[in-house]
Order: sequence, then C-alpha cells, then structure tokens
Amino acid sequence: MLLALGASAIVAIALLFDLVGPRLTELWARHRARARRNGELGFDPGRELRAEQRARELLRSCVNDEEWAMYRELGFIRVWGTRQHPGNGAEYAYLIYPHRPIVAYLAQTGRLLSEYCVTFPDETRPYGSSRLPDSDDVLAKWMALTGDEERLIETANMHLPGRQIDPAQVSRDLWRLARWERARLRDAATGAGPAPVDVS
Amino acid sequence: MRFLQMKPGHGEVVIAEGDVELPEEERLLVEEFRRQLEAGLWAAVPVAQSGGRREARMVQSFAEVPRDAERVIFFPRAAGGS
Repeated sequence: MLLALGASAIVAIALLFDLVGPRLTELWARHRARARRNGELGFDPGRELRAEQRARELLRSCVNDEEWAMYRELGFIRVWGTRQHPGNGAEYAYLIYPHRPIVAYLAQTGRLLSEYCVTFPDETRPYGSSRLPDSDDVLAKWMALTGDEERLIETANMHLPGRQIDPAQVSRDLWRLARWERARLRDAATGAGPAPVDVS
Repeated sequence: MRFLQMKPGHGEVVIAEGDVELPEEERLLVEEFRRQLEAGLWAAVPVAQSGGRREARMVQSFAEVPRDAERVIFFPRAAGGS
C-alpha cells in the first residue's frame, strides 16, 4: 500500500514538474538577467568620480598649461582651426565642451559658424554605458581636432548654431574667455602668478 | 612606451607597455597596436611643439609612432552625434 502511494507521489511530482518546470526555469533566467543588468547598469558615483579624476589627469598631461587652466576655470577648451575658412579665410576656432557639440566661430567677430555633433561611443560598454568620462570626451575631441581636423569635421554631423547649445551661452562663454585671457596677459606682464579670475 | 585606452566608467587603462629598442617587446607592441586598430579604435600620440604648444598626432600604423613617444592613447572612433 505504502509502496503504491510512494510511486504515485513520485509520478505526480514528475508530472507536476513537467507542467511548471519550464515556467520556473524561465522565471529563474529572468531573475538572473535582471540581477546582472542591475549590477552592470547601476550608477556608481564613486566609480564615476574616480574615472573622471583619472581622465582629468590624463587631459592635464596632454594639453598645455593655458588649455588646462581654460578647462579648469571656464569648463571648455578653445582649439584654433587650421583649415582655410571658406569665404574670406578669416581666423576661426572651436570650443570643446564635454559631451556637447563642438562649436565653431570666427575669432575676430565671435560670429558662430556651426555646431559639430560628434561622439566617441565605446560599444564594449564595460559598465553598461558607452559614454567616456567628461574629461576623456574633451581629450578625444582635442586629439582628433589637433591631429586630424579634416577627418573629425567630416565625421561629425554639422548643424546651424543654436541647435543644441544656446547661442547666448556661447556668446557669454566667448566673453568670459576674452576676459580670462586679458587677466592672464595682465598677470604675465606684471609678473604675478595666475590669480583666480571671476569669470562667472 | 605605454599604450593607454580610454574606458567608460574607468578612465584610461594601460593595455601594453614595452621598450621599442627590444625586438621582442617591440613585436608585442606592434601586435597590440594592430589589435586595437582592428577593434575600431583611433590612436593618437600627444606631442609638444615649439612655443609650448601641444597637439596630437593621429597614427594609423605603428611605424608612424615616433620612436621616442612615451605613450599612445587609444580611444573610440568618432561617430556623428545627434
């Protein structure tokens, strides 16, 4: 009697497993995938801060003192253009912002020429994101612009000024840059060390 | 000479290091350089110019890397953004 009941119980369990087994396996797989995704994509402020600190050190070691001070104090770097500007051949430059389009402008008048939208996505996504730290993004743009301006500009998507960055903000940044440069020149002339400049 | 690679969430990572004057180490550097470019990365060598100016030299083969370069920086290839 007991033997028959035991056998029946085993058969019932086996049949039950056949019915719910696939569903349980699927639920378990979903749970593992969700846990993995949360682990990879979870924003870790400490990790990002350390990455940005490393990136800043690398940027600092590559650009010159003026560009580094510009980035540290103003939040962008100016790179002079070397191509023949179509039209009058006037001098032009770019402003490099972290994770924002590169803005081209005429140096003498400050007239905005274009926005160049370009990214440097790392599709291996080591921590779930393809986005480089801010200062690495600036350094990548700086290297690509100073190393092969033509190729970077051809790769970027060109737009009219104002598509992503408010022209008023760029004008203000150019004003801050001019003021900042005058202060540096003044300090250099008087032999004073670089004093902090109020460029806000 | 050191090879550095920019990584999201990390900053730069040293991916190879060697002395180009030693043939075996140079061979390993050449192989690593090729591997990085085949993976779609761009390579640049930061250089100092006269008058304190700095710039980068984009290189597409190991032969273009100056022999006295201290580092080569690999970074993701540029793509047009939105």
